[in-house]
Amino acid sequence: MSDFFLTAVLTLDASVRVCVPLIFAAMAGLFAERSGVVDIGLEGKLLMSAFVAASAASVFGSPWLGLIAGMFASSVLAMIHGFASITYKGNQIVSGVAINILASGLTMILTLAWFKRGGITPTLQGDERFLSITLPGVDFIDHIPFLGVIYRELISGHNILVYLAFAIVPVVWWIVFRTRFGLQLRAVGENPKAVDTAGLSVEGLRYKALLIGGILCGIGGAYLSTAYNAQFTKEMTAGGGFIALAALIFGKWHPYRVLAACFLFAFLQALAIRLQGVIIPGIGEIPVQLIDATPYILTIILLAGFIGKAVPPKASAQPYIKEL
Amino acid sequence: MSESKIAKKLMSESKIAIELINVDKHFGAVHANDKVNLSVESGTIHGIVGENGAGKSTLMSILYGFYQADSGQIKVFDKDFRATSSRQSIEAGIGMVHQHFMLVDNFTVLENVILGSEGGALISQSLAKARIELTRLAKEYGLEVELDIAVEELSVGMQQRVEILKGLYKGARVLILDEPTGVLTPQESDELFRIFDALKKQGVTIILITHKLREIMNITDHVSVMRAGKMVAHRETSKTNPEELAELMIGRKVLLNIEKSKAKSGKALLTAKNLEIYNEQGLKRVTEVSFQAHSGEILGIAGVTGNGQGSLLKALAGILPLSKGSIKIMGKTITPESHLNPKQLRELGVAHVPEDRQKMGMIADFSASETALLGYHNDKEINQGVWLKRSSVKANCESLMQAFDVRPNNPNLMSSNFSGGNQQKLILAREFERDPEVLIIGQPTRGVDIGAIEFIRKRIIEMRDAGKAIILISVELEEIMSLSDRIIVMCDGEITGTVDAKDANEATLGMMMANALQPQDEPKGAKL
Amino acid sequence: MTRDKRLSWINGLLLPLFNVLTAFIATGIVFLFIGVDPIEATKILLYGALGYDEGLGYTLYYATNFVFTGLAVAVAFHAGLFNIGGEGQAYVGGLGIALVALYINPAMSAWIVIPLAISGGLLFGALWAIIPAYLQAYRGSHIVITTIMFNFLASALMVYVLVNILREVGEMSPESGDFIKVSWLPFVHDIFASFGYKIARSPLNLSILVALFFSAAVWFFLWHTRWGFAIRAAGKSNEAAIYSGINPKKIIVVTMCISGALAGLVGINELMGVQHRLFLNFNYGYGFGGIAVALMGRNHPIGILIAAFLFGILYQGGAELDFELQNVSRDIVVVMQGLVILFCGGLEYLYRPVLIRFLAPIKESK
Repeated sequence: MSDFFLTAVLTLDASVRVCVPLIFAAMAGLFAERSGVVDIGLEGKLLMSAFVAASAASVFGSPWLGLIAGMFASSVLAMIHGFASITYKGNQIVSGVAINILASGLTMILTLAWFKRGGITPTLQGDERFLSITLPGVDFIDHIPFLGVIYRELISGHNILVYLAFAIVPVVWWIVFRTRFGLQLRAVGENPKAVDTAGLSVEGLRYKALLIGGILCGIGGAYLSTAYNAQFTKEMTAGGGFIALAALIFGKWHPYRVLAACFLFAFLQALAIRLQGVIIPGIGEIPVQLIDATPYILTIILLAGFIGKAVPPKASAQPYIKEL
Repeated sequence: MSESKIAKKLMSESKIAIELINVDKHFGAVHANDKVNLSVESGTIHGIVGENGAGKSTLMSILYGFYQADSGQIKVFDKDFRATSSRQSIEAGIGMVHQHFMLVDNFTVLENVILGSEGGALISQSLAKARIELTRLAKEYGLEVELDIAVEELSVGMQQRVEILKGLYKGARVLILDEPTGVLTPQESDELFRIFDALKKQGVTIILITHKLREIMNITDHVSVMRAGKMVAHRETSKTNPEELAELMIGRKVLLNIEKSKAKSGKALLTAKNLEIYNEQGLKRVTEVSFQAHSGEILGIAGVTGNGQGSLLKALAGILPLSKGSIKIMGKTITPESHLNPKQLRELGVAHVPEDRQKMGMIADFSASETALLGYHNDKEINQGVWLKRSSVKANCESLMQAFDVRPNNPNLMSSNFSGGNQQKLILAREFERDPEVLIIGQPTRGVDIGAIEFIRKRIIEMRDAGKAIILISVELEEIMSLSDRIIVMCDGEITGTVDAKDANEATLGMMMANALQPQDEPKGAKL
Repeated sequence: MTRDKRLSWINGLLLPLFNVLTAFIATGIVFLFIGVDPIEATKILLYGALGYDEGLGYTLYYATNFVFTGLAVAVAFHAGLFNIGGEGQAYVGGLGIALVALYINPAMSAWIVIPLAISGGLLFGALWAIIPAYLQAYRGSHIVITTIMFNFLASALMVYVLVNILREVGEMSPESGDFIKVSWLPFVHDIFASFGYKIARSPLNLSILVALFFSAAVWFFLWHTRWGFAIRAAGKSNEAAIYSGINPKKIIVVTMCISGALAGLVGINELMGVQHRLFLNFNYGYGFGGIAVALMGRNHPIGILIAAFLFGILYQGGAELDFELQNVSRDIVVVMQGLVILFCGGLEYLYRPVLIRFLAPIKESK
């Protein structure tokens, strides 16, 4: 079997791992933005949850408690965002920025206060973190060429949150397009007045959407610090929330397309790491920074309408003010 | 629908569908509804008339649970009723068709109808159920609409049907319609009135809010009149007449037939030829429009809202470009290739009073002196090099306020703190006092109190007598007829008639406003 | 006092004051939460920032950066734009400064080199803002999203430039060589010394005068020129602007260029003033800090000067806290920034209903 094939599979495998927090954050953003609330605060919620999850997992010795704590912390931030932008009708973007900065500062302050080390939580040992699961039949399928490698490296051997991330996308699709809540969610993002006059609560729907977003971001953050890594480190989200936002736009607020965008962006990141220092014949060394920047460049090109058009929900970024 | 059964049962017991007792509502300092009483008999068509801002829409929005009354009592089919959201109103059997439709544009008709009354947690069953129910309703009332089409694809008339169906599907036995004909062609209006008849036959109570007296006279059984937040009269329609209603609406016998001498029409200052105009959304709004405006003459442009007058006005003011045709104005020519922007037109002596005062004519958060500067901020008198001289800005505003009797005459006051009439006077002062040659005026008296209306109309005529060419657009036929010397009627983006003002009456103008509905413009989705 | 007057007092003074106070109180609660006495902490902070010459020098030096980014955000705000890209514009502005300060003929006079280097910062900052501005104006791409993306692009670009181009041969760390001497802005303590006054050494340099100059310039420009009028009109109402013969698209592009240019000045303080070389992340946090400063300063230059001074105090005092107390680090300033943005921005109107009810109730008409 060629090295190239193995490298390709391993790069894809790395992409899967990188992709997970992007999926959770992007799905979180999908709920918020479909309801008409622009969510710049994904990054902050991921970061806060990563920190709280790692802290709780370390203190209580259980990744599950870490996960719950992470979801809770992220949801609290989501509710602050909601309070400012839904109840008080403030600028959604400003309060989103506030959440990012708040999370950035609080994680630094609290690591120092709780663990006496600025920006780091204790390393999680053994089953304090989510461990990878070996799927049944690996040994059996391993004998089959190509497929065996794919199954062993790419499909098996991830932790539960990875599988959850991929499972959640069809669920999101189903909720958004097949349920009563989804119908109301899409309506409130397009024309909140229609929702209000249909006897539904605009604020209630938006809070629900943000809460779901908070929980999803919470899982994404917990993944970063208790599954992908074994501790929280300073600014460990490294812009993941913004890449998720870009993926959300790139996927035009549609779950499956957003998933594809997340995977593309994750793949680019994995590729950037792979290609570091590699000299490609005929091209030379591709600057890693260029590959890193590609998701942003792609999103900007899309936003500029040069390839297709990304049209956000119509009521997006507008607080709902009740008047005729 | 269980709700409708309950409503039907209630109805069989009661003759009064809706009763409002001393309903009171404030918005800030505005007393929108002042101890309003109203009683609507079930199974009738009840009209509520009043001028803009009389409080009709607020009252109905309270009934529909969109706003809450500060005090007072509401009874629906003899039962005490208090709604904190539209949900309770819907459950009590009240449906409302708002002036601006409450539809989700990218949803299908079916999705729009079930929104808020989906039944189960999954929408597939609700959609199936609604499909059957809507087919039945469509047959019963002649309300055919294509169900699986996105509402943004439908004509305005069809969208209104969807709104009515929404109400009926949710079990409404009382249907409130707020200015339903404002956006309709006369044909569509007739169709709507036919639907009203069908609904009435089935025992549905209809409350019709309008300021068009002809509609009231033609189709209602009872009529209530509102003025300045108060309910001033109730009449049986057969026992009243438009003159009485008009008087009740306005409050005193004002004959706004302003003294006007014969026009001394001079040379053409503006010649429009074969104009074709697309609006900001890229929709064609004006086709093949040609006319001339002469000095010393008021040219009125009449038509139902949304028939291209607005886009025409904007094109004349340089806001929208032409896609075909030409405008010769003060010796210059505008064509699709050579556009003149609003600034260049102002320099040529073209003044523009925009239709939308709040959004375009002024900036609510700016002081009066800054609002008085809009469009003229580059003037030499107020600029010295790079410096915009505050003292000159203030002096400019003071003199405008004096000239047009704007109150309070405080240039530092925020523009939003003036009454509608005073805001409009300030805008008119700004546009009139620079001695323009051509005036383009849209809706000069919309939302303006009666005293200011008289003042404004007199000033417009003064400008005419000073030899200016005036183009006046208004949705108020009465205004067009009392001010204009010549009248153009627009329908569907085309000119459907030109008449001398002395030969014009409501009937002929109305026919022209309805005239041009071509067969190819049949509303889409007319079949189920 | 009339009700209108009272309302303008509430909106203009009381609300911002209450909002800032709330942010302070919330920070106090964070202090309590991590077991630090907030009063003790405030004392240390104030002493560290204002208690001695050197501390004050540092405070003003930090404040200078915040003035630039605060003005940048405020100018954009007046045109109705939220420039969240100050971070990237400041970063790339630094490159503009560095290119002049590294490669210009060292024999030239400082009177030419310094203005040129400042122009380099202005120009590159503006350049980094012009693409998002163009895309917003002519392609309808939301400027908040594009400026965020441009922050990341700036990061990638600067890493590339510093690692692959500007790094000196044989050096490990990604930074440029030293700027030529004539491009260095003099330190304030050196200027004082040349007049015979001895004050403590601090990074405070002449950039602070540049910051004051641009504050005054922005004030004059926005409220006392026809261009400022046009920007404010377009920011309040697109339709009214078009009606007035103002081209809102042009306004977007021009305003964002001004905004980006102002942000690009961070480098004159950091690079020309203090470090004399270009290095990674010299801009870190000032772009976002500018949002807090602008919101707190109500987008008015005077307010921004006050808010920037306050954030200077926090930055410098925060360093002192770091040093004095075990449980708290300088990052408390970041928390405070977040809280200021939340309470002065997102929750701007939190107290309005209450204040209006008590101080300016609506009187029954008639």
